[in-house]
Amino acid sequence: MISISEVQETIRMISEANLDVRTITMGISLLDCADDNYETFCRKIYDKITLKAEHLSRIGDDISKEYGVPVVNKRISVTPIAIAASGCRCEDYVEVARTLDRAAVATGVNFIGGFSALVHKGITPEDRKLLDSIPPALAGTERVCSSVNVASTRSGINMNAVNIVARLVKDTAMMTAAADSIGCAKFVVFCNAVDDNPFMAGAFHGIGEGDCAINVGVSGPGVVKRAIESTRGADFETLCETVKRTAFKITRVGQLVAQEASRRLNVPFGAIDLSLAPTPAIGDSIAEILQEMGLEQPGAPGTTAAIAILNDNVKKGGVMASSYVGGLSGAFIPVSEDRGMIEAVKLGALTLEKLEAMTCVCSVGIDMAAIPGDTPVETLAGIILDEMAIGMINNKTTAVRIIPVIGKGVGEMAEFGGLLGAAPIMSVNPFSCADFVKRGGRIPAPIHSFRN
Amino acid sequence: MKGIVTVLGKDSVGIIAKICLYLSERNTNVLDIAQTIVGGYFNMMMVVDLSGASEPLASMAVGLETLGRDIGVVVKLQHEDIFNAMHRI
Repeated sequence: MISISEVQETIRMISEANLDVRTITMGISLLDCADDNYETFCRKIYDKITLKAEHLSRIGDDISKEYGVPVVNKRISVTPIAIAASGCRCEDYVEVARTLDRAAVATGVNFIGGFSALVHKGITPEDRKLLDSIPPALAGTERVCSSVNVASTRSGINMNAVNIVARLVKDTAMMTAAADSIGCAKFVVFCNAVDDNPFMAGAFHGIGEGDCAINVGVSGPGVVKRAIESTRGADFETLCETVKRTAFKITRVGQLVAQEASRRLNVPFGAIDLSLAPTPAIGDSIAEILQEMGLEQPGAPGTTAAIAILNDNVKKGGVMASSYVGGLSGAFIPVSEDRGMIEAVKLGALTLEKLEAMTCVCSVGIDMAAIPGDTPVETLAGIILDEMAIGMINNKTTAVRIIPVIGKGVGEMAEFGGLLGAAPIMSVNPFSCADFVKRGGRIPAPIHSFRN
Repeated sequence: MKGIVTVLGKDSVGIIAKICLYLSERNTNVLDIAQTIVGGYFNMMMVVDLSGASEPLASMAVGLETLGRDIGVVVKLQHEDIFNAMHRI
């Protein structure tokens, strides 16, 4: 029998510490929509998405009401469009993006991911069409998210692709300059992208997946922060144990919601993503966890170790709580979406270089960092390349979602609104890497990728 | 299917009575009650049987929340599985 104190603990986590299920994401394969007629293809994908996800929003809301836990987002990921649409006779894929946007509106989801290409080794003509369509697609739609995988541990880094996406980031920023270059907030560059990521903007439905799957992203930085308040001054064993126990409890809620959503939608359960994801709300911040651990500000010496401890123990606790763990499963440190990170940047405590260091020990990448709009494309390519190298060598997923805010400089703020928050413009190392990145070609796979 | 009703707030006359009336009107049986009052604050948990309930859980949860607001306490109804999932392996 559940005790009154256990019941109150759960209720406090939800009402006082922002425990929620961050997203139920339905992955939908579009491979069976292939058609050489562009219009027919668009009609088929619209029909399939709206049919499969017809009840997604309603069921997410029902579960939320019945269990009393917020299910914040309902989202859709689809097969990378560069693959799904590769049979179409067309000039570009912008109309596909518009179709995805309409399908998102029709199903009531706030984001749809998968306007994507996997080009870590080579770029097909269809991939190239997709890449070239990204800036107008992101500028012309509201809910479509795009990602490009440019590197992997198994195949190395496609430097030509890195240079292309750096240019795409800049072009997208230009095309959405009136809204603080918000288009870039919907675009992620990956190394070792995963097939079952439920989190935006990098979600797509991998080609090894089934026809349809439910992936769930749990969250609860506030709950972790609240829990470790009781460990002030205690040693690392106590700290780690507390994070582990808390992660277990949070993940059990995610597992329950995932199974229930899967059953009600009659769609197989894919995986739970064990990522702590902040929001701009007070008390829902990764930075506050780092402060509670004992750092004056994120970015102070010790920050990399703190994020390593946090990640590792979230996984240790979470893995046991779920039957399938997948997705990105690493702490997110999106600067603009985390009140504490924004403050740390404003104070000069947190720099782009320190963010990069944090990504070495498992946070997922440089995320929602705003930089000056006049940053050269070659420097953007260098920033992306460094992050890809970390992912490639460490056999982990890394990502870059960076926003060169056109017309703004260091110290100014970029305002994105809603869940995307606001970001202070960070300074970028002014020295050039142009001759380095212009070499192009492919960086060969690292020696430890040869495991066979 | 069982639900857990929790009530938190300042103690006053008739809290349990009003909640039980709401439940009985919807054919919901109370299986167990635990409560504490600390410093005038009322903290109660009820285990209720929803298998014969005449209204879906989600709408009863909304109804109880509204009732709670009227009598000045916070009332929640949740499926018991969320607590079992979190606290029992």
